[in-house]
Amino acid sequence: MKVALFIPCYIDQFYPNVGIATLQVLEKLGCDVTFPLQQTCCGQPMANSGFASLSKGCDINFVQNFAGFDYIVAPSGSCVLHVKEHLQDDKHPQEALQIRNTIYEFTEFLTDILKVESINASFPFKVGMHNSCHGQRGLNLSSMTERMLPEFSKPEQLLNMVKDITLTKAKRNDECCGFGGTFCVFEEAVSVKMGKDRIKEHEDNEVDYITGGDTSCLMHLEGILKRQGSTTKTIHIAEILNGFL
Amino acid sequence: MTVKHAALAEKFIADEPRTDWHDETLWFVREKRDKAAHGLPEWEQLREWGSQIKNNTLSNLSSYLKEFEEKATANGIKVHWASDAKEHNEIIHKIIKKHGIQKIVKSKSMLTEECHLNEYLQHNGIEVVDTDLGERIVQFRKEPPSHIVLPAIHLKKEDVSTTFHDHLQTEKGNNDPQYLTEAARQHLRNKFVESELAITGVNFAIAETGGFVVCTNEGNADMGAHTAPVHIACMGFEKLIPKAEHLSVFLRLLARSATGQPITTYSSHFHKPRPNQEMHIVIVDNGRSKQLGREDFRNSLKCIRCAACFNTCPVYRRSGGHSYHTAVAGPIGSILNPNLDMKANADLPFASTLCGSCTNVCPVKINIHEQLWKWRQVIVAEGYVDTSKKLGMKGMSFVFSNPKVYRFMGKMGRGVMHLFPFMVNNKLNIWSKQREMPVAPKESFRDWYLKNGKNQK
Ligand code: SF4
Repeated sequence: MKVALFIPCYIDQFYPNVGIATLQVLEKLGCDVTFPLQQTCCGQPMANSGFASLSKGCDINFVQNFAGFDYIVAPSGSCVLHVKEHLQDDKHPQEALQIRNTIYEFTEFLTDILKVESINASFPFKVGMHNSCHGQRGLNLSSMTERMLPEFSKPEQLLNMVKDITLTKAKRNDECCGFGGTFCVFEEAVSVKMGKDRIKEHEDNEVDYITGGDTSCLMHLEGILKRQGSTTKTIHIAEILNGFL
Repeated sequence: MTVKHAALAEKFIADEPRTDWHDETLWFVREKRDKAAHGLPEWEQLREWGSQIKNNTLSNLSSYLKEFEEKATANGIKVHWASDAKEHNEIIHKIIKKHGIQKIVKSKSMLTEECHLNEYLQHNGIEVVDTDLGERIVQFRKEPPSHIVLPAIHLKKEDVSTTFHDHLQTEKGNNDPQYLTEAARQHLRNKFVESELAITGVNFAIAETGGFVVCTNEGNADMGAHTAPVHIACMGFEKLIPKAEHLSVFLRLLARSATGQPITTYSSHFHKPRPNQEMHIVIVDNGRSKQLGREDFRNSLKCIRCAACFNTCPVYRRSGGHSYHTAVAGPIGSILNPNLDMKANADLPFASTLCGSCTNVCPVKINIHEQLWKWRQVIVAEGYVDTSKKLGMKGMSFVFSNPKVYRFMGKMGRGVMHLFPFMVNNKLNIWSKQREMPVAPKESFRDWYLKNGKNQK
């Protein structure tokens, strides 16, 4: 199984540990992982700001890097969703389509493709799971309170395999954290207020860590936590599953 | 691009306890809705039916409208057509003038808000009394409603007490909801008894019968329509449904989605004027046919104005309805308003994180967050966006299209500002106003990979 690793630009630059954990988990699970070296960004920041017309160059570069693999895996639901919904390359439409159909968010790849049933990791902390909206509602990684459908959660299913972990649920389990791409700066006041509220619910549960599958949400929450001088930390789910300790 | 929503939201949030209260109050309604929807095993099926019936209606709108007009006219209702807000207001004014009427009561109708009927009539020397309690409160305060179902949800009982003290001479500082409601009831009772003309909205108009349904929890539409000798109902043309039997789907969806009630307290069916009464219906376009013609946005005309998308929206709950500076606020307003005036409302499709909760809560399955995304593309293409934002985006596009440039920029600064210039397109770095910047590591993932990864082994 040839798997290409997609490490979104901001993870590459600011959170290399998330990339490393993702790679190591996949390798431990027996995947033949390649990291295409000329990758940059999926183009989402532009497209979500109304500049989808400017993401052509990004798209072409993406297709060049990621065509020809069985699967593409990324530790970011949001970027995966963008690629799935919007990747386009007029010169290589087949390749683009193939990529859109075979790109997976990290936890969904573990549960749905690798069908992981046990994980060798321990994390003796109290952890609150933050569902990213693009993961949850966009990629259907977990059920949501709006729909009257059976409850499930792919990331939680994985976290429950980790030894010694105590998972808690925030009161509003699927509320957005307010990151929202460029929303986080153009609507700074609302964005920060949403982040503060998200944090408060997890802190009410006295968690040590807030985890999730989208580094962007975690970056936003981490920024607020640090400014508040909080002892609560953020950690990407790949790091927990990789046996962070 | 205007930054109206962001600025108005910031002002709202400055009073954080009030913001929390607003957020919690609306979340309470959203949770009530969840409970009510959970009580129906067929909920998702109902949503599908609702959506499909509306699809059918929108695809055959002209024939249904014709059918409605014929049936309504045969029933003795006078049907008027208004192409825009101005015509809508003029039609109503003409009827008022013809009868030489002074005393008018109105039940809540977002369409008349959209058309600014109150201001128009006032300008022509005519007073209208809004009779929905929340609507009356904001009318006293000369404010627009902040929510389409709960017009005064931005106000606390203390605010209402002060308002009533000023306008109804209630006891100063008496915040007892029962006392205040009773005062409003007495005040409104006289208005109903004296009224010569009643204006109501329309929730559903039925092509098959030529009748229409008005839903209220206070019975004020009925009080008005039953006492006044003239009744004018105003509807946007998308309120139509083909058959009476379809009502069951929508009445079940509407109340549960709006307030978590199994059914609205009063769902009143009007078919014809009673003896000696005149009944008019004004059918309004006001941009709707334009929206119908925009394939990406036509779905928005399915809206039954339940406001579930408002209550679920994390942005709406924390920014208040007035931050949307339009009659219909919230996620659906952010789709409808750019259609009415793209320049003035260019900010609204950006007032969302695209979390998608609205789409999933919507009882008629409008793909709200996808339409918001599409509006952003249209608004940028039409040029209603700041130059600084455009330059930032162009810069990013260049960086991300060129792997070498990307890596150079990353190495050079490994700061948000180098890779994401939009984050600092103002003099101050907006990100770090209330947040720390991520700490830049020594090496990127790629650098690490080149040293430790498989490619090097
Ligand atoms: S868009 Fe949907 S959820 Fe929002 S008010 Fe309309 S019907 Fe209700």
